Amino acid sequence: MVTFSISPADFDYIRDFVKRRSAIVLDDGKEYLVESRLLQVARKRSLTSLEELMSKLRSGMDKSLLESVVDAMTTNETSWFRDLHPFQVLKERILPEMCNGSNPKKELNIWSAACSSGQEPYTIAMIIKDYFPMREGWDVKILGCDLSAEMISRARAGLYSKLEINRGLPAMLMVKYFQQDGRNARIKDDIMKMVTFRQMNLVEQWPFLPKMDVIFLRNVMIYFTPQVKKEILRKARAVLKPGGYLFLGAAETTINLDDSFEVLRLNKTTCYRVRT
Amino acid sequence: MKALIVDDSSTLRMFVRKMLKGQGFETIEAADGKEALERLAEAGGANVALVDWNMPVMNGYDFVCAVRALPEHNDMFIMMVTTESELDKVAQALEAGANEYLMKPFTKEDLENKLALLGVL
Repeated sequence: MVTFSISPADFDYIRDFVKRRSAIVLDDGKEYLVESRLLQVARKRSLTSLEELMSKLRSGMDKSLLESVVDAMTTNETSWFRDLHPFQVLKERILPEMCNGSNPKKELNIWSAACSSGQEPYTIAMIIKDYFPMREGWDVKILGCDLSAEMISRARAGLYSKLEINRGLPAMLMVKYFQQDGRNARIKDDIMKMVTFRQMNLVEQWPFLPKMDVIFLRNVMIYFTPQVKKEILRKARAVLKPGGYLFLGAAETTINLDDSFEVLRLNKTTCYRVRT
Repeated sequence: MKALIVDDSSTLRMFVRKMLKGQGFETIEAADGKEALERLAEAGGANVALVDWNMPVMNGYDFVCAVRALPEHNDMFIMMVTTESELDKVAQALEAGANEYLMKPFTKEDLENKLALLGVL
């Protein structure tokens, strides 16, 4: 039986640790969230008390435990076609614009920068498969990144529970691009091979990335301080191709953080481009 | 917007009714496919039908086949809302004329996402 009641000292330790590792800010009042997520980690590792878990964590000896705790603290809320409108804009405006002859190299790079268990990059892949008629002969690359090694592993597996495929996935695409795998649904190879996944911490030094036509950086900056947001936007700007598009979450913006971006209101969504 | 809720569980109908009314829908209800056809005729149609699969008298699949044979309801969107979760069942429902598919159990957000995909929300 696991019993928990996190002490202020342990909460502060976790808060500092998570902030150092991921830049995610756990405000006062998040004690319950921290406790419940530590409980999940403890259960998975057959640890029987918070003291045992904290002791192992503080020793720093078990690197995989450190990673598991950061993973557990990051919110992995996601769905297919999340918020719908950014994907409609991608389909109806951005993809037609990018394949209208102004892209002689016939290259398209799209980055889902905080992709959780893969729903966002696979959504993009399904849209391209269905609505990008010139894709034959094009070099289309979709990159999905996440802080969590566990999420990247799940994304690569492409296996989703009933509850997960229920979340926003159109039935037509469910039938077309998924196959039954026991009680779960597995994304088919032709979609899976369109996406590359890699673990990446947005607040650390970024690896070399190709210049991106579109960046989805959604629902991740809300967890960061303004200074970290500015730094991430600066780096995103450096990666974005001239004329490329940046999508943020509905509660996120570049305004008052990076004035190099212009705000575009398209359909029912907002996206951002570097001013020329 | 008018929604038809077809489910033999009164609890489920109440749950869905509350969600839809919160979004401004007018709702009509039926406990099986046969009753649903009658309610639909009385109401003169609906914009969207949320239909369970396994029901007595007439099941949801037979209802979809029956209603798709009625030209006056061509414009009505049909979403299956069911515990049937095999992809073969999803395909079968789409082939019969359903437009969307939601598996039970589901959340309010799941339902709203699907209604948004249909363009009725």
